[in-house]
Amino acid sequence: MSEDVIKAEGLTKVFNRSLVAVDHIDFSVKQGEIFGFLGPNGAGKTTTINMLITVLRPTEGKASILGYEIVKKDTDVRNVIGVVPQEYTADEDLTGFENVILCADLYGIPRKISKKRAMELLELVELVSFKDKKVQTYSGGMRRRLELACGLINRPKVLFLDEPTLGLDVQTRAATWNYIRMLKKEFGMTLFMTTHYLEEADALCDRIAIIDHGKIVVTGSPEELKNSLGGDIITLSIQKDVDITGLVKKIEHVKEVEKENGMYMIKSENGEVTAPRIIEALRKEGHVVNRLSLTKPTLNEVYLQYTGKSMRDAEESREDVFVQRLAMRRARGH
Amino acid sequence: MSKTNFNSTSKLHGLWALTNRELKKWYKAPVVFFLTIFQPIIWMGLLGKAMNIGAIFSTSSIQLPTLNPPLTPQQLQQLGAFFAGLQSNIMQGAFNTTDYFSFMAVGMIAFTAIFTTMFSGMSVVWDRRLGFLNKALSTPVSRSVIILSKVLSATLRSMFQAGIIIVVAIAFGLQFGANFNPLNILGVFAIMFLVCVGLSSLFIAITIRSTKIETPMAVMNLINLPLMFASNAFFPINFMPDWLQTIAKFNPLTYTTDAVRQLLIFSTDYAQLAMDFAYVGIFALIVATIGIVLSWRFLSK
Repeated sequence: MSEDVIKAEGLTKVFNRSLVAVDHIDFSVKQGEIFGFLGPNGAGKTTTINMLITVLRPTEGKASILGYEIVKKDTDVRNVIGVVPQEYTADEDLTGFENVILCADLYGIPRKISKKRAMELLELVELVSFKDKKVQTYSGGMRRRLELACGLINRPKVLFLDEPTLGLDVQTRAATWNYIRMLKKEFGMTLFMTTHYLEEADALCDRIAIIDHGKIVVTGSPEELKNSLGGDIITLSIQKDVDITGLVKKIEHVKEVEKENGMYMIKSENGEVTAPRIIEALRKEGHVVNRLSLTKPTLNEVYLQYTGKSMRDAEESREDVFVQRLAMRRARGH
Repeated sequence: MSKTNFNSTSKLHGLWALTNRELKKWYKAPVVFFLTIFQPIIWMGLLGKAMNIGAIFSTSSIQLPTLNPPLTPQQLQQLGAFFAGLQSNIMQGAFNTTDYFSFMAVGMIAFTAIFTTMFSGMSVVWDRRLGFLNKALSTPVSRSVIILSKVLSATLRSMFQAGIIIVVAIAFGLQFGANFNPLNILGVFAIMFLVCVGLSSLFIAITIRSTKIETPMAVMNLINLPLMFASNAFFPINFMPDWLQTIAKFNPLTYTTDAVRQLLIFSTDYAQLAMDFAYVGIFALIVATIGIVLSWRFLSK
């Protein structure tokens, strides 16, 4: 077996013969990695996850998880994966404990083992004191944690998280991130997650694939992606009105210098090292630096670079998203 | 993490877990549980006692013409006895029993089967909408088990309600048939089991692809009343027009209700009873098979 835990080749899903939700995507996820699918709503993230977890059948292409082909060996796939869905799927009328046991039953885990495991997991997600309360009394964060406990009940080797922090407040989001990091660190689990939060992908993922209109536009670690933009941007202004472009260009790591309204925009790798050097070089020539700021590129810039639109713009076109979602729903059902 | 795989565990484990989930929603919710018990009582009280067809033919509902010379008290008594005899003759001829309440209370059992199994279809839609279905589909539990758990839980609920109806009907004065035997009640549960498996599979087949609640609701409302009234549940079919009789003769509820009547209130015709069981059994088998095939095909797309 190769070291690729998840491998997709030309994976495609077409709804209703016309709506291409996922368009020939290729990617692989290595053992112990947190792999993120980043993209706006309706980009095809959930459709991809649903194909990998054997809920949707691919129209074309193939994928395998731990060497099990997702269509032919679907039962084997289901046994080795855990799923934390986007929605709160726990049964409102049952207690937290009953919900976890129900999940265990679906995996055919005998009660003797499942009861012990359910308690361990509820402890892990800090829900022990609420275990006998009905889920309808749970807060959003508690429900999310319960979903996590359910997703871990079969001790999966690969865990799929679909928008794990959607609609959570900042504190709960940070807590969820900690759980996810812990799963990777303590259990060596491989995690596949989707998100449309840039900060989340940046903070958690070892590698990211940016997906837009069903296609992967770029794959790489957050650092790689950010560096691929050509580095940091140093903005500075000096006291006297003289052109220093030539002077700055000679400094190591500096790639581009532009002057605009008396401000110099300097593109450079390793901005934090380069900035003091620039100040030093200018001082030697008798220039006084008035102000200086250093901007590190964020995934938003990366996103902008590769998709031609900013993530926020993509998010703000709610109307489009709504129409697209509606079309997807129609295509999927009835 | 250690590799643990419980593939060997039987499918029954998952089936019971999912069935129990549905049942818990019912018996752990006091209001819902109370209503399932109370609802047949109300219906029986209203429909059974309000539509007192037997009373139409009783002497009190017939105004004797004032004759000249007036009838002697003896003649009046004779006439009264004649009408009383007429009433039981008509009732016996039309309903095969002299008591309309007994006739319709039994029809109520089939009525319950429809209304309870209808919700099994609805719960598929809810599970799809709330995402539970997707979660279940990503676990090793088989697709057919997901459907069968819905069928089984609706069937168990209906059988429970049938039991309540029988108890309440006895309390309201159900008149048993000549050769009634307490074991016949087991037969009632058996036929209820078959028809409910069939009906809930039918309703699930209707809703299996739906993501909205409105469409299947409309379809069910469309077929519910015809299913109910184009049967012998409330009225014997031989008084219906020919075209309606033809429909009623294909309706599994006709056979279910007949079986329950044969078992409880008629003097049992065993050939007819066997025919009823065979028809409902085949209906259940065919529709349940369709339901399972559809579940392989349509639960995941």
